[in-house]
Amino acid sequence: MTHRFNGLQKLALALGFVSLSTAAFAQKSSADSIAEYRAMLQDGNPADLFEAKGEDLWKQKRGPKNASLEQCDLGKGPGVVKGAWVELPRYFPDTRRVQDVESRLLTCMQDLQGFNAEDIAKTPFGKGEQNNVTAIATWISAESKGMKFNLSQSHLEERKMYEAGKRLFFMRGGSHDFACATCHSQDDKRIRLQDLPNLTKNPGAGNGFGAWPAYRVSNGQMWGMQLRLNDCYRQQRFPFPLFASDATIALGVYMGVNGQGGEAIAPAIKR
Amino acid sequence: MADPMRIRAQSAGGNATIRVLMSHEMESGQRKDGNGKIIPAWHIQDVTAALNGKTVMTAEWGPAVSKNPFLQFTIKGAKAGDKVAITWKDNKGDSRTDEATVS
Repeated sequence: MTHRFNGLQKLALALGFVSLSTAAFAQKSSADSIAEYRAMLQDGNPADLFEAKGEDLWKQKRGPKNASLEQCDLGKGPGVVKGAWVELPRYFPDTRRVQDVESRLLTCMQDLQGFNAEDIAKTPFGKGEQNNVTAIATWISAESKGMKFNLSQSHLEERKMYEAGKRLFFMRGGSHDFACATCHSQDDKRIRLQDLPNLTKNPGAGNGFGAWPAYRVSNGQMWGMQLRLNDCYRQQRFPFPLFASDATIALGVYMGVNGQGGEAIAPAIKR
Repeated sequence: MADPMRIRAQSAGGNATIRVLMSHEMESGQRKDGNGKIIPAWHIQDVTAALNGKTVMTAEWGPAVSKNPFLQFTIKGAKAGDKVAITWKDNKGDSRTDEATVS
């Protein structure tokens, strides 16, 4: 009798172990598995293709003026690309505006190559010159891969943009009474299986801001920060912001300054 | 004309690991556009790998392969300095060849 009881106890114990280990497995299979999946894809990140295309476009003579972008000033002097991206958005005295990488490229494409910046800004994402802006931005970001964000806040305009960005970030509106902050101002939140970075401080701000431009596996598209923000507003049911508008740049300043010291991993790969 | 591929060829223990990223739309022929019309199939059909000009691998691809596909394989006996050429041909007759040196 005793012997049999022991046997049952052992069985119960064994079953207990089984259920424990499945529980542990189930826990692992959400966020960790996505990280694993991303790591697997990272090796063959198609962002590489856009990076190569962007580098080529930077050096190619194009546009009505038949010039390359090699004299484009991204903030560290004409033609300096390495390390420029982790200091953007910043104030540019020539345009007297705070600009991010994409709006700065529009300026350079207009001034150096003779393109019409307004026309490019109006072009829908994924079409014509917009594709080229994304590719060049991808290459510029890749040239700063692994560096730490170091955005300037010394100019008054830069501090004003930070404040504006902060207000936009917390501004609730639209049919769903949403703000950026609704999803991105708390730690450890998720939407379905996607982790939502807390963009009001590090590490979330650095991780979130430092990952775009990124390749989206689900639709096979390369997205810059401007398109990423556009999509945030789409999900909030806001009207679409204009490409390279002060509003989207201000949000970039807000996230970038909050992510100060975070590592730039762009161009990244996303679901 | 199609965009270039990215080919990385790394020798390891007498073999070489080849990693290729191809730039291609890979339209399956199953999707519809905004007007409800089917977007015609447009995908890579044949992939060939050559080591110093000699074909070492061929593959037939179909619409199930993803956009901007990534291909990885090993070539036995490839050494540093060898030339690896990859060619793809799609169902519209477009093709592209890129070459890399094993390092």
